[in-house]
Amino acid sequence: MGSLKIENVKKAFGPVEVLKGINLEVTDGEFVVFVGPSGCGKSTLLRVIAGLEDSTSGRVVIDGEDVSVTPPAKRGIAMVFQTYALYPHLTVKNNMGLGLKQASTPAAEIDRRIGIASSMLSLEPYLERRPAELSGGQRQRVAIGRAVVREPKLFLFDEPLSNLDAALRVNTRLEIAQLHRRLKATMIYVTHDQVEAMTLADKIVVLNAGRIEQIGGPMELYNSPANEFVAGFIGSPKMNFIDGARLGETAKTIGVRPEHLTVDLNSGAWKGTVVHAEHLGADTNLYLDCEKAGLITVRIFGVYNAEPGATLYATPDPAKTYRFGADGKVLK
Amino acid sequence: MSIATRSLPRTIGAHAILLTYTAIALFPVILVIMNSFKSRAGIFGAPLTPPTPKTFDLIGYTTVIGQGDFIHYFQNSLVVTVASLFFVLLFGAMAAFALSEYRFRGNTLMGLYLALGIMIPIRLGTVAILQLMVASGLVNTLTALILVYTAQGLPLAVFILSEFMKQVSDDLKNAGRIDGLSEYTIFFRLVLPLVRPSMATVAVFTMIPIWNDLWFPLILAPSEETKTVTLGAQLFLGQFVTNWNAILAALSLAIMPVLILYVIFSRQLIRGITSGAVK
Repeated sequence: MGSLKIENVKKAFGPVEVLKGINLEVTDGEFVVFVGPSGCGKSTLLRVIAGLEDSTSGRVVIDGEDVSVTPPAKRGIAMVFQTYALYPHLTVKNNMGLGLKQASTPAAEIDRRIGIASSMLSLEPYLERRPAELSGGQRQRVAIGRAVVREPKLFLFDEPLSNLDAALRVNTRLEIAQLHRRLKATMIYVTHDQVEAMTLADKIVVLNAGRIEQIGGPMELYNSPANEFVAGFIGSPKMNFIDGARLGETAKTIGVRPEHLTVDLNSGAWKGTVVHAEHLGADTNLYLDCEKAGLITVRIFGVYNAEPGATLYATPDPAKTYRFGADGKVLK
Repeated sequence: MSIATRSLPRTIGAHAILLTYTAIALFPVILVIMNSFKSRAGIFGAPLTPPTPKTFDLIGYTTVIGQGDFIHYFQNSLVVTVASLFFVLLFGAMAAFALSEYRFRGNTLMGLYLALGIMIPIRLGTVAILQLMVASGLVNTLTALILVYTAQGLPLAVFILSEFMKQVSDDLKNAGRIDGLSEYTIFFRLVLPLVRPSMATVAVFTMIPIWNDLWFPLILAPSEETKTVTLGAQLFLGQFVTNWNAILAALSLAIMPVLILYVIFSRQLIRGITSGAVK
């Protein structure tokens, strides 16, 4: 009911190529997250799918139907924006109903769908209010409700949590995850926050400079990144990259995640000095300046007392060490 | 903030400057209104004193209302101003929307071209305009004035409004597109209400020169049917004798409609000027 296929989509603004040939397939009911640094083209790709932006070449196919030249309203999609984008002059109820009204849906049907969506998102008490009278979290719920009532083939989310504060972000993230489970609809979600990507996605698409770097499930990307970029982008704190030559390795770069390093006071592979220690309670991040490996981050679960200036030995877990070639790709 | 910077000498200084400016700005207006209620001898004898029971005279107003068709002139002025204002705002906003919303070849060039009129006074083209109006048979019609004033007001309107339209959230317009609203509905229902303060700013800047203009009514529509108030007031300005009572009364009356329109727009105007400065 909601599959999506993107074939060799390219987009250029004048001489600047933003999307350099994207191929992607999304099956019905999947939650796909586009993630990447700002300027990587993820929002542009979403806009091309929505029809708000024409692709320079390539095809967008929704449910087996080529919609490359179909206007946004006829594509069977609904979109939730970063800035909520509610109509300021309409009440919550009319905000949610406008799209259906434009498509000349019978009034009874509109009311029924608004009823379902508003109870799902606990918006009933606010139906007669205008957006200006709502808080940020409520506004974003209305925006999500506006998408839900359309019963689209495809939900598109454009960084919907970026404008919310930290606590509300976690709540709304949970709500979106529940919504997906309940509606079993296909959702495409754009974010630059890898935590949102990891927690929500069935499938993550990592984009960089207009190209897809890797597609895969969250754990797949974490455990077997295809290249240096994905390895560095997924996981927090970031993976340590060490020049292979300094360690006497044949690979160009060696990568170790901070959580795959162990420290010892007396012996280990890399001797280093503690530069800074971050105590987060559940875990401790140590920044070590190592003689062989340079500045690295070590993540220790639980509390670990280390003073800046102290000497420590760090040892990588050989099974979880990644080797990257000169082209950035993982060496098997 | 206001507490921290408040000090007596500073407050007095600021008020002194503002009051001086207010006095200078209002002085000519008050002088005109004051003298319009005086007899001719009163005007010339002591132009700076307010009307006393001895010098009080309504002769100016009775002349204006009695002689010449002043109600009709007012009507002409009002029709010309309101119609021009309407077209300037409508077309200006539409052009501004296109310039700020759509990417097309020559967008910047078109924007510059439309704004060029700010720098080139329309009066330079008076002869050509007159020939055009003669050729199209529009001389001595209000249509001629409305067309000229619309052209005169558009550059500034396009320039100011396109800046404001750029600030309207793209997401909102895109949400409208996804909900199936037409570009016209997006423009009239979503964008226009959000730029209302800037529309008021443009309205005031456009309205006052049109209302006060003497040049084009004199050249394009000097007939009795199409005279505007400013042109009508010239009736009393003779080469040898000038009826000051009537002129002052006519001018005082002419201030009123603009003042009313200004009051209507001013609330929006202040928001327009300060928007962006304060979120």
